[in-house]
Amino acid sequence: MDASAPSPAHTSRALSLTLAWRFAAFQTARLPLVPIAIIALFALAAIFADVIAPHDAQVGSLSARFRPPAWVQGGSAEFLFGTDHLGRDVLSRLIFGARVSMVVGFTAVIVAGVLGTALGILSGYLGGWVDQVIMRVTDAWLALPALTFAVFLAAVVGPSEMNIVIILAAAYWTRYARVIRGEVLSLKERDFVRLSIVAGCSKWTIMRKQILPNVVNSAVVLATLMLGVVIVTEASLSFLGVGVPPPKPAWGLMLADGKKGLMAGYWWLTVFPGACIMLLVLAANLIGDWLRVKFDPQLRQL
Amino acid sequence: MSGKPLLEVAHLSTHYVAARGTRVTRAVEDVSFTLNAGQTLGVVGESGSGKTTLALSLLRVLPPGARTVAGAIRFEGEDLLAKSPTEMRRIRGKRMAMILQDPMASLNPLFTVGDQVAESIRVHEQASRRSAAERARGLLRSVRIAAPELRVREYPHQLSGGMRQRVVGAIALACEPRLLIADEPTTSLDVTIQAQYLKLLRDLQREHGLAMIFITHNLGIVAKMCDTVAVMYAGRIVESGPTRRIFAAPAHPYTQALVDSIPRLGDGRSRLRAIDGQPPDPAALPGGCAFHPRCPDVMEQCRTAAPPVFSIAADHTAACWLRR
Amino acid sequence: MKRFIVRRVGYAALSLVLLSFTIFFFVRVTGDPTVLLLEPGASRADMEALRQQLGLDRPLLVQYWTFLSQIVRGDFGQSFYYRTPVLELYFSRLPNSLALAVVAMTFSLVIGIPSGIVAAVRLNGWWDSAGKIFALLGLSVPSFLVGLLLILFFSVYLGWLPSSGSGTVWHVLMPAFALGWYFAAAHMRLTRSSMLEVLGSEYVKLARLKGLPEALVIAKHAFKNALIPVLTLAGINLVLMVNVAVIVETVFAWPGVGRLLFEGITFRDFPVVQATVVIGGAMIVVANLLVDLLYAVIDPRIRYGR
Repeated sequence: MDASAPSPAHTSRALSLTLAWRFAAFQTARLPLVPIAIIALFALAAIFADVIAPHDAQVGSLSARFRPPAWVQGGSAEFLFGTDHLGRDVLSRLIFGARVSMVVGFTAVIVAGVLGTALGILSGYLGGWVDQVIMRVTDAWLALPALTFAVFLAAVVGPSEMNIVIILAAAYWTRYARVIRGEVLSLKERDFVRLSIVAGCSKWTIMRKQILPNVVNSAVVLATLMLGVVIVTEASLSFLGVGVPPPKPAWGLMLADGKKGLMAGYWWLTVFPGACIMLLVLAANLIGDWLRVKFDPQLRQL
Repeated sequence: MSGKPLLEVAHLSTHYVAARGTRVTRAVEDVSFTLNAGQTLGVVGESGSGKTTLALSLLRVLPPGARTVAGAIRFEGEDLLAKSPTEMRRIRGKRMAMILQDPMASLNPLFTVGDQVAESIRVHEQASRRSAAERARGLLRSVRIAAPELRVREYPHQLSGGMRQRVVGAIALACEPRLLIADEPTTSLDVTIQAQYLKLLRDLQREHGLAMIFITHNLGIVAKMCDTVAVMYAGRIVESGPTRRIFAAPAHPYTQALVDSIPRLGDGRSRLRAIDGQPPDPAALPGGCAFHPRCPDVMEQCRTAAPPVFSIAADHTAACWLRR
Repeated sequence: MKRFIVRRVGYAALSLVLLSFTIFFFVRVTGDPTVLLLEPGASRADMEALRQQLGLDRPLLVQYWTFLSQIVRGDFGQSFYYRTPVLELYFSRLPNSLALAVVAMTFSLVIGIPSGIVAAVRLNGWWDSAGKIFALLGLSVPSFLVGLLLILFFSVYLGWLPSSGSGTVWHVLMPAFALGWYFAAAHMRLTRSSMLEVLGSEYVKLARLKGLPEALVIAKHAFKNALIPVLTLAGINLVLMVNVAVIVETVFAWPGVGRLLFEGITFRDFPVVQATVVIGGAMIVVANLLVDLLYAVIDPRIRYGR
């Protein structure tokens, strides 16, 4: 990535592992309307969950357990996507689950982004021992697969939505720090930054006024690309039972519950939350790729 | 060597088409020249003037997106543009060979030198492994590589730059081609090794009666190597003629500028003259004569109409309104 | 060269120390493992005794030092839950993880390399588009979802494959596919871009100029060169697979290292969690170190670089 980085090559490889093989799937200049519509749909569901959801998402009636979707024999229009092992309405849980995924996903991406960008700028601009410390920590943290690290942290701090956000931010800030640092290193050599140094601006002013605005693009693109990863990780954690605590309706939790009914053939408990995760992540990735191609030539070759 | 020329190119145009046909770059436009057996033609121009695309068009190995849209190429009496891809493949490396711009990168790092030289012999002449290897050793000897029986078993990274270059030369000559196209073969070399290599090429040319197209931006090399010169600007040949005439009496202002920009010993003023302005963007050429924004002798006519090719003397032509 | 090796090894060691430090403190910060180890209603004295027995009453730094010096000697302590040495436990599970990883790797390479090559050779064609969709799905569909859908189709609907457990070849297929899924997309992507790079190289151009048949150009000159980075990544990914399989192993109840980590987390079994994460991290750091050193041997620019 950048030859001047005095850090082991494996970290940049670890990074490229997550980013390098992403495709600008359908590289066109056109706005990716379908992905945007999908995200918007989920966002609306999340915001108006209380209004839209036909049933209570957390309480069901045991007399209505394992009802299949409405269009399958034995299903009723009352429970469009069927009910789970506690008789809770799947559709309502999916709608409230969107809220969990969106809130956790966006917050974690933003927290990680702010933290990682700040540290990346400090590391790249100040250099010296600050750079060494930040980059050594980044290396060490990148050595563990983010998922293992997150599972580990989640198990340690215990389940709550707040904790999940912290964990995801802790697991993913390193990606931002690496990329942003690389950009800052090249920005540092540019004329407008040198001019500011000559003009006697303080380091902090330069970082805030000259460097930050120039890396914001990359940070936003990276954040969009990370959104899918973060949502998958949250679902994984919830699936393992170390994420969002039950009875809150998170998609990962629903899958974990659904697994119990899988062998009995209650497919709707797996397929619907699975499809939601897939659609949301797919949409986020497509938008991320589009943004990258459009706005960030540096990230394009990642 | 009487009768028909070895290579006859007429009104050749090769365009790059990007973004679904909305952006057309006329990399080579209406280019005509002839080349006789054993002769050397120098193709001169700034980078981006279409020299390399011209060479690739002759061999029909254009990159994706590029297409020869008009013209004719007659090589040894045959129409190359009418050949099927397989027939064309049998001509490449066999009757017409090319040395690339960066010979250092032209060798595959994973195969031995001997294998890479023998490869085209085996493919084109169905020679046995043994006889091809034998011929490869002979070829390495002929490009003045010492101890070829040892070198054939070595990998490219074990050779020096100059030696790798000779290997690339040996590959080009492997099947005794009639025409060799050399695309800036010496730009990545030290000056001393450059001179050696040029001498080697000239010797080989004499031995094998080879015709050569020498692509370069270095007029000094042209003066040493070439019988005739074609000067390219923005995809067109703006002037062509015998080397001596071109240097002594350039007819096109662009050629004039190129000749003036050669540093000469004993030039008391020791001031280099550069050509004003930038080479044009080949995707957005100026109207009229493409050189007019940089031309010191620009006239009203130049801005509106592209000049046709005017004949100045036998074999000497120029595309400039001044020569009407 | 020597300086390079020393520095790389130094960095790797530093990474490991930082890693173990992070892990150790996170575990200790969370709470009291004795609560989980004793039956409900155990007396305060019992708890104190256990704490003392486990060394949890000593200062954190002392505990960390003990921990560090022990792992250097290969002693990861006893599992609180199983009451057996952790290392023994780890190595009893490792073969399962390796078997899973090897099959998953085979899947990912068998799918990834050919599709990557075809995508590069038929650039922007039908195959390339299919490959792009596949790469996108590989990234967007999490492995546990792939696993669940596989169970639904092959175990529930068709009844062909066992949905969980281990023992036969049939047991390994679905978890391996679920695990390899993500990596197949990664390997496809890398093969494609590596192949594109090689196809644009001067030596492939020269091979074409020599008049070689296109099939020979691709099979001989391009393929071999394009494969080098892919196999390097595959090497690292094999190590990674052993360590990211926690979810797939949970879905399929596969008795590997990931499952061990998950059990350790559920039972708050400190030594087990520490060992799996530290050994996993160490494996990855060492694998990366080896690749760096290997590249240094191959590429002189790295060797003599700063």
